[in-house]
Amino acid sequence: MSRHTLSVLVENKPGVLARVAALFSRRGFNIDSLAVGPTEHADISRMTIVVNVEDLPLEQVTKQLNKLINVLKIVELDPAQSVLRELMLIKVRADAETRSNVLELVNLFRARCVDVASDAVTIEVTGTPDKLEAFVKLLEPFGIKELVQSGMVAIGRGARSITDRSLRALDRTA
Amino acid sequence: MTEQMTGAQALVRALEHVGVDTVFGIPGGAILPAYDPLYDSVKVRHVLVRHEQGAGHAAQGYAQATGKVGVCMATSGPGATNLVTPIADAYMDSVPLVAITGQVASGAIGTDAFQEADISGITMPITKHNFLITHADDIPRTILEAFHIASTGRPGPVLVDISKDALQATTTFPNWPPAMQLPGYRPVTRPHSKQIREAAKLIVESKRPVLYVGGGVHKAGAAPQLLEFAELTGIPVVTTLMARGTFPDSHPQHMGMPGMHGSVSAVGALQKSDLIIGLGVRFDDRVTGELSSFAPFAKVVHADIDPAEISKNRHADVPIVGDCKEVIAELVAAVRAEERKGDYAEWWNLLSGYKATYPLGYDEFEDGSLAPQYVMERLGAIVGPDALYTAGVGQHQMWAAQFIGYEKPGTFINSGGAGTMGFAVPAAMGAKMGRPDAVVWAIDGDGCFQMTNQELATCALEGVPIKVAVINNGNLGMVRQWQTLFYNERYSNTDLQTVRRIPDFVKLAEAYGCVGLRCERPEDVDATIKKAMEINDVPVVIDFVVHQDAMVWPMVAAGTSNDDIKYARDMAPVWDSEE
Repeated sequence: MSRHTLSVLVENKPGVLARVAALFSRRGFNIDSLAVGPTEHADISRMTIVVNVEDLPLEQVTKQLNKLINVLKIVELDPAQSVLRELMLIKVRADAETRSNVLELVNLFRARCVDVASDAVTIEVTGTPDKLEAFVKLLEPFGIKELVQSGMVAIGRGARSITDRSLRALDRTA
Repeated sequence: MTEQMTGAQALVRALEHVGVDTVFGIPGGAILPAYDPLYDSVKVRHVLVRHEQGAGHAAQGYAQATGKVGVCMATSGPGATNLVTPIADAYMDSVPLVAITGQVASGAIGTDAFQEADISGITMPITKHNFLITHADDIPRTILEAFHIASTGRPGPVLVDISKDALQATTTFPNWPPAMQLPGYRPVTRPHSKQIREAAKLIVESKRPVLYVGGGVHKAGAAPQLLEFAELTGIPVVTTLMARGTFPDSHPQHMGMPGMHGSVSAVGALQKSDLIIGLGVRFDDRVTGELSSFAPFAKVVHADIDPAEISKNRHADVPIVGDCKEVIAELVAAVRAEERKGDYAEWWNLLSGYKATYPLGYDEFEDGSLAPQYVMERLGAIVGPDALYTAGVGQHQMWAAQFIGYEKPGTFINSGGAGTMGFAVPAAMGAKMGRPDAVVWAIDGDGCFQMTNQELATCALEGVPIKVAVINNGNLGMVRQWQTLFYNERYSNTDLQTVRRIPDFVKLAEAYGCVGLRCERPEDVDATIKKAMEINDVPVVIDFVVHQDAMVWPMVAAGTSNDDIKYARDMAPVWDSEE
């Protein structure tokens, strides 16, 4: 199995997320992570889906997604040519004695401290899955009280945009 | 030019604009506003069925007999859920269908209101697309979009769920046609020329090619192109269950139907081939048998309008995405351009041997009781190839596929992918309404017939004189056959006890205002069929009481290799006579 990152442009309509999620479950494809949100165009939402499949099933995933009427475009992002980011919020035990050690790690990972209490701090960190994993490992000895993580979002490097042509398609039908 | 009206009136007007002439359905609370203007429409005939499942299958039969989109209508909740089976059936067999359902008022959606069911959620995985409309203004455009999606590309079912308040609200009917808003829907119909040339090269260079023809060829209206292509190349043809009649059975290049109950010649033509040219097929498990041993020596050219079918089950060496009519026409041109012909003489030697040695056959019963296969043979011979035949699912369906000769595309209408018992009677009703001049025979089993025979009332009252041949062996025959072969003859819950005449199908037919006939002896078969052919004012039901031990052969047992096909029980064909 190998991880693939798909950027899926969809019409911003009710039920589209349900259609995509239902398709994955019905066809037996596993989703590692899914993030969805608006784009620079009000009529288009963008999903970033990380799937863990072999090449052949990946082709099926892409073809089946393409058959959904509300799906406009699917691009597989090459990790080497893309910026991949996840966002994590972590509440770590930190009292007067350990706080400076925790804050040192926060600085090393270019994370941010977003809330401080007498016996805990809350940290915001973004990065690749590898970076976040390493960060969490180093925080574990202090005691992680709570952790929440977003799905991955990703964008290709360079000047090209994957939305341009889909926008034109939308304009034609408007 | 624009006109003020209710959402319900806009719905009926839109249906008229897209060319709907027949709608099958049953009214109820949420859809009631739509039935009022429907009452006034002179262009749209609404057929009041007895069960929504019947409406759905009738719309499928209508669609498959006419090539147009079939339409069914139901109310919210149970009305809509009763359409689920025909929608799933249409999805599996790529039948263009639009299902219109009422929904509770938009303000009540999500409150578990009376007769509320999330039918768009329920049908999400079994529709090509579906819509939930809560604003009257969206009705005309959405209807146009629904018919466009259902009928183009790979055809399929589309559900349009409309809330009651949207039907009641006032709207302005737009200039027709309104602009569709489907930016993500662009079916590819033109094949890639490089792939066509690649396929043509493989075709002339192959030694043992076979044309594996499926339902997509007739759906594309490509039967004439197929005939030209087959005769130009001299390649043998197999027609799947969904393609019976797309290539004439009587044609010398026809090898029969492949698959679990296919002929030895058709299964052998696939297994021994070095090149499969799949046209409008999906390499279904009932055709391939055990996938890893399916056609082990063959390269594959696979043409289909749905890119997701290509290389789904079997890797395609040459994938061609496109409409079969254009694909085959371009293949004809490309093969001509090759200016050389394949040499298939040895291949034909082998296949002719299979065809001669292992023809379809069956055993008569010594006690003089009726063999179901004989009924099919006589039916096909007497009724002829111009009629439309529908079938339910099970043994009778397979015998109907095997022993009736189909010469014309679209003359065998059945439930292939979904295997929906009870399909035959309502589908025959829909087919007859779409093609009133055609003779329409529903071939049904006694199990299937008891699932949907209530539509005989609709047929009798609406003047739809279909003919029904019930192949009555008193059992769920196909399941019983598996119990005979794989469950040590332990007949758990397959005996319907129809031999006790509960129900009496002749009396049942009469109760529904039809003519009921019974036939129990081989010598009465011809006369009974002829008598049924003479009755054209009311539906006719023939109760053919057949022997319960008749089995469907040949057979590739589920999950086993096509190579292990049995010609009859404990009888395997000899594949290589020279060995």
